[in-house]
Amino acid sequence: MMASSYNAKEEDGHNSGASNNGGAGVVKSKKPDNTAFKQQRLPAWQPILTAGTVLPAFFVIGLIFIPIGIGLFVSSNNIKEFEIDYTGVDVNNPCYNCAKNFSWNSTTPCLCSVPFTLEQPFESNVFMYYGLSNFYQNHRRYVKSRDDSQLNGDQSALKNPSKECEPYRTSEGQPIAPCGAIANSLFNDTLELYYIDSNGTKNTIPLVKKGIAWWTDKHVKFRNPGGNNNLTVAFQGTSKPVNWRKPVYELDPSDPENNGFINEDFIVWMRTAALPTFRKLYRIIQKKSSTTPTLPSGKYLLDITYNYPVLSFDGRKRMILSTISWMGGKNPFLGIAYITVGSICFFLGVN
Amino acid sequence: MYSLECPSRLNSIKERLRKKRTVVPSFTEDEELSQLLKLYKGNKIRTTKYSLLSFLPKNLFEQLHRLANVYFIFLAALNFVPVVEAFQPQIALAPIILVLSMTAAKDIWEDYRRFKSDHSINSLLCHVYSSKQKAYIDQRWKDVRVGDFVRLSCNEIIPADMLLLYSSDPRGVCYIETANLDGETNLKQRQVVSDLPLQGVEFSLESFHCRVECENPNNDLGRFRGYVEHPGGLRVGLHNNNLLLRSCTVRNTETVVGMVVYAGHETKAMMNNSGPRYKRSQLEKHLNTDILWCVLLLIIMCLTAAIGHGVWLNNLKDPLFQVDTETSPALAGFYVFWTMIIVLQVLIPISLYVSIEIVKLGQIYFIHNDLALYNKQLDSRIQCRALNITEDLGQIQYLFSDKTGTLTENKMVFRRCSIYGVEYPHEENARRLEVYEAEKSEEAGRSVTLKSGCSGKSLSCRSLSCQRSSVSLHTLAAETDEEEEEEEEELSNPIHPRTNAFCSRVAKEVVPDPELVRKLNWFCCPELALSDGSSGTPSSLELTYITDFFLALAICNSVVVSSPSQPRHVVPEARTPLKSLEDFKLMFQRLSFSPFTALSTLSPPQMKGSPVSFTRRLFARGKAGSFTPTNSTTDGSDPGQESNLEPPDPRRKLDLSSRAEGGDAGRTEHRDTEAEDAKTNPDGARQDAEGDPIREVDRESDTNEELLYEAESPDEAALVHAAQAYRCTLRGRSAEGLLVDLPGIGSLAVQLLHILPFDSNRKKMSVVVRHPLTGHVVVYTKGADSVIMDLAETPKGAEQAQEIYSHIREQTQIHLDGYAREGLRTLCIAKKVVGEEEYEAWLKGQLLAESSIENREELLLESAQRLETNLTLLGTTGIVDRLQEEVPETIEALQRAGIKVWILTGDKKETAINIAYACRLLCPNDQLLTASCGSKDACAVLLEELKVEVQRGEASLTEPTAAGNHGESSSGGMAGFVLVIDGRTLEWALQEELKSHFLELSQGCKAVICCRSTPLQKSQVVRLVRDQLGVMTLAVGDGANDVSMIQVADVGIGISGQEGMQAVMSSDFAISRFKHLSKLLLVHGHLCYSRLANMILYFIYKNVMYVNLLFWYQFFCGFSGGVMTNAWVLILFNLLFTSVPPLIYGVLDQHMPADTLMELPELYQAVQTSKVYVPYVFWITVLDAFYQSLVCFFVPYFALAGSSVDVLSFGSPINASALLIILLHQVIESHTLTWIHALVLVLSGASYFGFVLLFGVFCVTCSPPTNPVGVETLEMSQPLFYILCALTTVTALLPRLLFRALCNTLRPAAALTSAQTDKVDSERYRKKMQRWNLSHSKANRLPVCADNPGLEPGTDTVVS
Repeated sequence: MMASSYNAKEEDGHNSGASNNGGAGVVKSKKPDNTAFKQQRLPAWQPILTAGTVLPAFFVIGLIFIPIGIGLFVSSNNIKEFEIDYTGVDVNNPCYNCAKNFSWNSTTPCLCSVPFTLEQPFESNVFMYYGLSNFYQNHRRYVKSRDDSQLNGDQSALKNPSKECEPYRTSEGQPIAPCGAIANSLFNDTLELYYIDSNGTKNTIPLVKKGIAWWTDKHVKFRNPGGNNNLTVAFQGTSKPVNWRKPVYELDPSDPENNGFINEDFIVWMRTAALPTFRKLYRIIQKKSSTTPTLPSGKYLLDITYNYPVLSFDGRKRMILSTISWMGGKNPFLGIAYITVGSICFFLGVN
Repeated sequence: MYSLECPSRLNSIKERLRKKRTVVPSFTEDEELSQLLKLYKGNKIRTTKYSLLSFLPKNLFEQLHRLANVYFIFLAALNFVPVVEAFQPQIALAPIILVLSMTAAKDIWEDYRRFKSDHSINSLLCHVYSSKQKAYIDQRWKDVRVGDFVRLSCNEIIPADMLLLYSSDPRGVCYIETANLDGETNLKQRQVVSDLPLQGVEFSLESFHCRVECENPNNDLGRFRGYVEHPGGLRVGLHNNNLLLRSCTVRNTETVVGMVVYAGHETKAMMNNSGPRYKRSQLEKHLNTDILWCVLLLIIMCLTAAIGHGVWLNNLKDPLFQVDTETSPALAGFYVFWTMIIVLQVLIPISLYVSIEIVKLGQIYFIHNDLALYNKQLDSRIQCRALNITEDLGQIQYLFSDKTGTLTENKMVFRRCSIYGVEYPHEENARRLEVYEAEKSEEAGRSVTLKSGCSGKSLSCRSLSCQRSSVSLHTLAAETDEEEEEEEEELSNPIHPRTNAFCSRVAKEVVPDPELVRKLNWFCCPELALSDGSSGTPSSLELTYITDFFLALAICNSVVVSSPSQPRHVVPEARTPLKSLEDFKLMFQRLSFSPFTALSTLSPPQMKGSPVSFTRRLFARGKAGSFTPTNSTTDGSDPGQESNLEPPDPRRKLDLSSRAEGGDAGRTEHRDTEAEDAKTNPDGARQDAEGDPIREVDRESDTNEELLYEAESPDEAALVHAAQAYRCTLRGRSAEGLLVDLPGIGSLAVQLLHILPFDSNRKKMSVVVRHPLTGHVVVYTKGADSVIMDLAETPKGAEQAQEIYSHIREQTQIHLDGYAREGLRTLCIAKKVVGEEEYEAWLKGQLLAESSIENREELLLESAQRLETNLTLLGTTGIVDRLQEEVPETIEALQRAGIKVWILTGDKKETAINIAYACRLLCPNDQLLTASCGSKDACAVLLEELKVEVQRGEASLTEPTAAGNHGESSSGGMAGFVLVIDGRTLEWALQEELKSHFLELSQGCKAVICCRSTPLQKSQVVRLVRDQLGVMTLAVGDGANDVSMIQVADVGIGISGQEGMQAVMSSDFAISRFKHLSKLLLVHGHLCYSRLANMILYFIYKNVMYVNLLFWYQFFCGFSGGVMTNAWVLILFNLLFTSVPPLIYGVLDQHMPADTLMELPELYQAVQTSKVYVPYVFWITVLDAFYQSLVCFFVPYFALAGSSVDVLSFGSPINASALLIILLHQVIESHTLTWIHALVLVLSGASYFGFVLLFGVFCVTCSPPTNPVGVETLEMSQPLFYILCALTTVTALLPRLLFRALCNTLRPAAALTSAQTDKVDSERYRKKMQRWNLSHSKANRLPVCADNPGLEPGTDTVVS
């Protein structure tokens, strides 16, 4: 009750009387401080945006943007890119049969070869991607169907994966490692590239499979359970994902360091794509010498071990060869956009 | 049997309780009664809302009452449903937990403070009588129960509402200070219950067996009804005067004993304790519609997603990436709907409500700290009592103002008077007021009453030289002496300076009119005056009139007297041994008339005892120690008397005559001037009478006796001071008597029989006294002229007397009208001599009325009205109430700002109109429409007529200009119609059938003045305008009569002035001067409104913009509710990273400098018509947000489509550029940028980038589905990221930038030109108005005479 009456009293200025009691005491006035802040007179910059101030700014923006746009456009144009669809929708496609007769259960892999020709030589390092279309890796339920703890090598999560992995959490009573829908749908086509030289001989192009994953993913985010011990032992008591043909510790028979959760193909796949049409880095073709192009123009042959079904949901599979620049892959949009916006600004500024 | 009986007995008790409460002493033996006492609430108070246990459930429950919180919880709960879950549950809980816990923390803190104060109050100690120990024992407040006897000493706080049974004061009174209750610092007198056996030295509580019956607890502070039933069955009425209220302080009384009747929460103080005011602002209502639009938008977006997802799912066949294959597309769509609601939740700006509250607090802070709203004199700032309607200040369209105390100072100063039909113009007095005016402007110091001597002296020289006035010299000389006294007093007694403001110097020192003084002197010293003979000898009748008049001024009031040496104590009464009263009686008789019976045909006085014995009796009751031994002059007779009897001193004569020539030397006698001089300012004599020991003594004695009057109303104080100037000094007051100094007679004790206090229905107050000289019972009445003039009837009796009397009435009426025209407040003074039988008869009825419980007010009113008849008019007074400083300027500014100003006052029409002229509400060119009629039909006709007239006038005026927009053309400081309506007509006009006419009429008028209106009418008018016209109203007032109006209006403003705190207590804002309104409305209101409106728009923009980014992404993830950001970032984006900038924007933004706003009040109209916050602006903002989000999403999309970008890397540039866009958008929208803005913006940006970077480094397995490890570090190491951000930001902001630039380039010019055209328009309008006025010269316009210092001399352009 006193609360309100007290306020009233205080505001009424009774303390002035109290201060009089002290006699010599300094009378504390209720006068507000005359500070710039309290009187709302802080020195302020008033951005009065008038045509006079804004248009020169536009002009400057235009001047900056147009060169950037030109730079982007040029560097994007310098990037060589080659793309080939091997889904096998068309009857003429070599992979038509494989696509048609696909079943997860077949033990014998279906093989098909797609020949293609590069019109221009690829000079620098060439990145080999596989591309998928109409594949919604960003589907909400799909994205979360994984267990990061398990992938980070956590023992308890290995044995008892997160509920998010349902329905790919356990199989036949055993926890799935790696669990979840993402891992389960791992892209498992094998691509091999051959250069057909003028004699008609198939030259295998060496494909580097290391260094395709992010450094942080490979060294921080993904870890095998049990450290450097034998992976077979480490993954004992777990079951392979339903769609997989081999367990996670046998993903790369050629390189024991590239097995288990730290298999780079696996890591790349686990980084879910943002958009339904995407590409993922598959291999790197390194430049051997400065004199010869990495991929000279000519005829090539792409050998595919066709394991991955996409036709059922109208998906497409592609193989992409591309060089990159400082700004990433081939993309004319940015350059054009910069030039457009820059010129709009420029013209506004000039007027 | 017993068990059966008990409840029934209890029930019967409860039955009784329902009607009234019975209180008996707590030691009563009666079983039933003591049980009854236990049913009453104890004195323990608990104002806390929660206890330790109940806090969580209760607080949660309370918080859930807010819709916003329910929405939050609903979302959080939704997130726990697995099929729709969008984020992990803990993330979804974050916002609600944050909001709830912040509110809870605030509540705990507040409650703890309440608990602490409760506890300290509850454990205060007081002395309670214990029947076991037969003594007073210390008990804590909380243990006090109803029926207990409590003893209190001086300066103790009263623990509960108690009936005053005993006071150490011999007269049985006790003083309390109610500052804790209502903020009024003057003392209130309380009276021991009459006819109690206790009042005496040897009183014992044990013997007290009375029963108190009183009404049930209620919150009416001014009412208490009941009676005490003595064991013998005798009933004594109780009233408010017998009740000591909780939390008041006992003052000036050594000991009081009371019986507790209401305790704890049932006390009046507690029942009056209502929580803070909550008003919903107009903008908030607006906002709610926009929020509804947001909800609609949200639902549309969610439905789109739901349908899209269903369709998308339907077209899919056995996809690899599908996790859940069983759910049908329709059901999945349904699930997605809810998921989307979670994902897009920020579209409903829940945090907006919290933000608005914070912003308003910030705005309040600045309003509170504004130097321009600080009053030096009172050392008071503006009080902001309602925290949530700051922006309504920027929306006001109608302003209703009280007059007295609001427009005027409410410092009443006696100006002139008329007695016996003779006008005394008090020229010197008028001059003095002007001098004061000049002084005041020069000294900008503190309270005028406490002045430093040196400045006063320098001024005195100035005023002396130019005015040749002895008076100013005297006043200032007096002041130097006074100063010490008052300082001393201040040290000894902490009185708020405001208390003294009642008796400010200017009010105290009335310069008497020489003519009147002469007449009065003649009466005092008849032999001298008679011998003069040169000037007209006033008739004896006139002399009685004059004496009676001043006696009435001195005693017909409720003024409490105190002296500085003994602050607030009742001035000891027996000071001077009286001159033999018999002498005076003789003198009266010698004057050969029976002055007090001259006009009555009543039977000769029947005195119940000689006056001397009476006075002795009266004074015997005074304290024995009240003689002040230090005062050496007490043995002297009245100083004035002394000086009059003194033989003339030639030296002085010379002096005075030369001095007096400034005024009216020609007809003034030396003696008179001297007498006047000595009387009014004995101090002044010091200069020229140094050698005169008697004078010296006089001076001392008089300064020592410097009396302080504490009056309930400033009018009373002014009148008492006026009387004092004529040496009719009120020296002391007790419950039964008054001590009055009369000129030439000395101190007289006047037996006070009754006070019939002022009430607004009767419009008058009366005192019933036994005249000290004649012994008659005399009623002195003071009141509004209309009432008194009606009651003042021609007395039956001699024809000559009748003739004289009707002449007096006529003359007085003429003077009254003159006063009113001058803008003076008039009060009529009347008296009535009551015969003993008549008095006895009346007394019976009065006592009956006093002791009745039910309809006591009515009975008292009736009784008072019975007595106040057949009055004899003595005279009338004119009191000046000057305009406050800068009122005309303020009103002009407000009118220019498009605010219609109405004055609602209880004053007379003439006074009201005059004030309206003075404060420039009325211009000389304005057409005055007066509505005053006696019946409803007449009123209807009149309104109709006036309407036609206004329309005609308007038609002729607006023909050439755009027709139809008369509302605008008549506003804004140019000529127009002003409606004056009186209370009676208003009553008709407010009725159902006529109110639309009234409104229509008033809309055509520039201003409306309602005079003679009651408080209820004031609130009715405000309500009518508010509801029927749907406009924002503001009411400003200072007194209790304005409370209802203040409460009804959208914004209520109280002026903390002279009349207590009721207006302030019920207001939203309390200011100390009227002029503060212009800064408050034009600057703060304008700024607050535009700030808040812009902030809200910005907030909505921000949310729409960000949420749309997520929405666009749905088109690329199969409408599955996926997001491209980490969930924490998503939640915190709104809650943290972008939450502070809008607050700063809302608190600090100044879209126009304050000076400009003050100089160009027209700018206020832009806000007033809601140009800042109208639907189309809202939609433009939303569209802009859509555009920006499109850019912000699709630029990265096109740049990254088909590449190997992953979800989070895709979201990273989008988020970053969204942040930049949002922050830079604010920079564009801000009108001012200070270092605070810059700091906050930079910190906001930095906090985002810091957070995502650290999160990306350290969060390895946390936040599972969207694990951000390494994303940001990688992204920010790539040039593409910056290229994207730059392009996105620039492209998104381009249109807004362009728009603003174009607006700013075009708008200022537009504003300027419009202001100019306004001026041209107004000129043209004024000319037309003048022409029209000439053609309608018959229209009624009041002649105006400018005598009020505040009045403009040029306003008296009379047409008729």
